[in-house]
Amino acid sequence: MKTSTLFIRTPEGIVFSQLLAGPVTRFFAWFIDQLCIGAAMSLLSSLFGLLGLFSLNFAVALNVIAYFVVGVGYGIFFEWTWRGQTIGKKLFRLRVVDGEGMRLQFNQIVVRNLLRFVDELPAFYFVGGLTCWLNRKCQRLGDIAANTVVIRAPRLAEPDLDQLLAGKFNSLRQFPHLAARLRQNVSPAEADTALQALLRRDEFDPVARVELFGELALHFRAKVEFPAEATDGVADEQFLRNVVDVIYRSPAKHPAAPQLH
Amino acid sequence: MIIDLQKFIANGRPFWNELEAMLSRLEAEPDLRMPLRQVQLFHQLYERTAADLAKITTFSSEPETRRYLENLVARAYGEIHETRDQQRRIFPLRWFFQTLPQTFRKHIRAFYLSVAITLAGCAFGGLAIAFDPDAKPVLMPFSHLLQDPARRVAEEENATTDRLAGHKTEFSAELMTHNTKISIFTLALGMTWGVGTIIMLFYNGVILGAVCVDYVHAGQTKFLMGWLMPHGVIEIPAILIAGQAGLLLALALIGRGTRAPLAARLREISGDLATLIGGVGVMLVWAGFIEAFLSQYHEPVIPYGVKIAFGFVELILLGLFLARSGANQKPETKDPDA
Repeated sequence: MKTSTLFIRTPEGIVFSQLLAGPVTRFFAWFIDQLCIGAAMSLLSSLFGLLGLFSLNFAVALNVIAYFVVGVGYGIFFEWTWRGQTIGKKLFRLRVVDGEGMRLQFNQIVVRNLLRFVDELPAFYFVGGLTCWLNRKCQRLGDIAANTVVIRAPRLAEPDLDQLLAGKFNSLRQFPHLAARLRQNVSPAEADTALQALLRRDEFDPVARVELFGELALHFRAKVEFPAEATDGVADEQFLRNVVDVIYRSPAKHPAAPQLH
Repeated sequence: MIIDLQKFIANGRPFWNELEAMLSRLEAEPDLRMPLRQVQLFHQLYERTAADLAKITTFSSEPETRRYLENLVARAYGEIHETRDQQRRIFPLRWFFQTLPQTFRKHIRAFYLSVAITLAGCAFGGLAIAFDPDAKPVLMPFSHLLQDPARRVAEEENATTDRLAGHKTEFSAELMTHNTKISIFTLALGMTWGVGTIIMLFYNGVILGAVCVDYVHAGQTKFLMGWLMPHGVIEIPAILIAGQAGLLLALALIGRGTRAPLAARLREISGDLATLIGGVGVMLVWAGFIEAFLSQYHEPVIPYGVKIAFGFVELILLGLFLARSGANQKPETKDPDA
């Protein structure tokens, strides 16, 4: 089955996942790389143009060789020196990695870049894109031959929760054992949905915002039943803030609510 | 399982930070050789972090920490379980005189297959021209080859001006890049289970056979040898080696006679593919120079005997290089066929 995640199981039995990049994102990264190659070639052509004042023959020859070397070598050079990234891949947070989680080898980089000659047939990477779309690991032919995959490498940073949740009293923290159970029962996807809803709250239409937070609050209220004094009179959006606060923030960072003993 | 998340993070963070620092150092200095104690520490930190990842995976509401630990474990896993050699340093002379010929010999059967397909193409092209000279435009759709051989020889030998004057370097660069592109394409077509590579080799053979028979039939054998040999004895083997690489890729894809999974088969040959195509590139640079600066000049400028002798010397040296160079040195990688 085709999934957007590659799971790798280590000999120790630990499973870790890598988010696979899809053909569309990869196409955009490739487009940026083509612009970079074009820019580099324009620069080199100008330099060789100056050389043409002395020998036009030599300048044209250098231009022909540079066009070939830059076209073929761009991907190889950057993916090797930047550990699986080119300028386009860096911009789109993509990275080439070994298909089995091992260290990426120079040979693999060479093979996957040389196989572009087939992947780009007949135009605009049709063969490569089609293969990528059909392949379980989103691999183009070059990736299959080199046993590599392109993954998404999102920035690993904590969201600025202090700004989002600052200065609010959290009634749920009055019941630490229930708060712990809430943290236990909420899945990563659910937690992320709640957080994203709060982060993007100003982007919603007012009516849609009320409806969305109402549904989310209902969902999270069903996860753990808090006493009435913790939830009565608390608006849906505030309840969701409290839930996110419980999930993402440690009690030490938060002004402690009166603790029950 | 309920865990005290804050305590868990507080306890684990020093170890994670230490592992991250070691990984950053390893990634920045790929040639770094750690002493045994540090290697042991690195392994312990990896195991500890992997165990923490296993714990946090069951504790669902901490996606950021889980992602962070997954990233750490993935990086450390690649460093610890990788058994292939590091390839940061490149030794061009050792690669050229040892790795390249050894790799060529290791997969000699694929080369023989490449030669056989090209010879079949030569036979087809030669016979087609011999029996049906009118098929020339179909078999050799290149304007400079469509001309009558005897007329072309007369024109070239009586030329009073150098038609390549002022363009030789440019012509040489175009030959190098064009032939290298064709070679890479021949290799890459191995991904069509070898069908594309076979077609490329066969078609190349058809053109070569047709040209040879056309010139021999016209009584221009000496001109043909003087024209083709100086660069052809390097250029044609280069295309054959590119075909060898393409067929090697195809054989790995097909995987006949082996129980190894596809990924393992391709992993086994990826280094050899890069080596072979690198060698092809070097050979085609040489062939490009020779074709532009020597092959295009005929008698009376350069006697045919000299050009043919030069071609023979190149052929013998190439044969010796591919057959003997690096034969006494131990191969860097294990032979998969052994």
